[in-house]
Amino acid sequence: MANVGVVLISHSSKVAEGTKDIISEAVSDVKVIPAGGTEEGGIGTSAPKIQQALEEADDGAGVILLYDIGSAGMNAEMAVELTERKNCYIAEDIPLVEGGYVAAVEAGMGKSVEDVLSSLRKSFSS
Amino acid sequence: MVWKVEQAVAWIEKTNALIQSNKEYLTELDQAIGDGDHGLNMSRGFQEAEAKVSSTDYDTIADVFKDTATVLMSKVGGASGPLYGTAFLKMSMVLKGKDPVTQAEFADAVEEALNGIKQRGKADQGEKTMIDVWHPVADFLKNGQNVQAEKLEETAQQAMENTKDTLATKGRAAYLQERSRGHVDPGSTSSFYLFQALADVWKEGA
Repeated sequence: MANVGVVLISHSSKVAEGTKDIISEAVSDVKVIPAGGTEEGGIGTSAPKIQQALEEADDGAGVILLYDIGSAGMNAEMAVELTERKNCYIAEDIPLVEGGYVAAVEAGMGKSVEDVLSSLRKSFSS
Repeated sequence: MVWKVEQAVAWIEKTNALIQSNKEYLTELDQAIGDGDHGLNMSRGFQEAEAKVSSTDYDTIADVFKDTATVLMSKVGGASGPLYGTAFLKMSMVLKGKDPVTQAEFADAVEEALNGIKQRGKADQGEKTMIDVWHPVADFLKNGQNVQAEKLEETAQQAMENTKDTLATKGRAAYLQERSRGHVDPGSTSSFYLFQALADVWKEGA
């Protein structure tokens, strides 16, 4: 049974990739795909780039998408609407680094995408 | 007003021309109350959109707008990418299978685009965003059978200028609170150029 995948969306490719590095220290059997920066590598986000990342992250168990600020959330929504994959969930109002870490750990335990999302909500509800 | 593919393409071309010649101004507006990238983002996005639609043969207006949406989504980078991308995608969906497009159909498309922008941005009228221009324009297009291009431009311009006194509650400008007053909203300004270009196409006999 495949594990849930994780997509890390940031305005900066360095932030997305650095976050993946932190997570990879602890979790190895989960696909964590960074989607940072614009298509030209500038500061910003891109819906097609995010869509590509979520399709790469999905092994059939679904995907959790985490994002940093502003338009990243809007582009995440667009990517989810554009893809034909099911079970793609955006973790709203969840911090990218800490949330990405929790999501990957939970996914590594073989939890369903719904369970990973509800763990995230519990962990970061204030 | 009746639209064919060539009017739709001309709309994108004229919008691009206005965005390019006002790129510095859009940047100045965004530096005052945002992150300063609106001029650059919009000029890159519409440059690419024009390049795409001018060099492609289209059978339908829906396809012109769909390609415009795709380019804007992937090339703009800032919040304007998904917002303008959503607007053109919605218009494309409404106008599918409708060629030539009548004024009433076009009005429906703009209204649906407005709804898409509201939903995507989780914003409403009066929050110092592009919605403040799209809303009155959509209302204007829906009212009356023979609306005039000059009136359309006036409506959009007035709506843009009104954002100067509004307090921002959405986007980066919201962090500035009271200090956002006294500045025209950059997204409303680029939306004004879009509708100014629409009025221009219209005057040329659409």
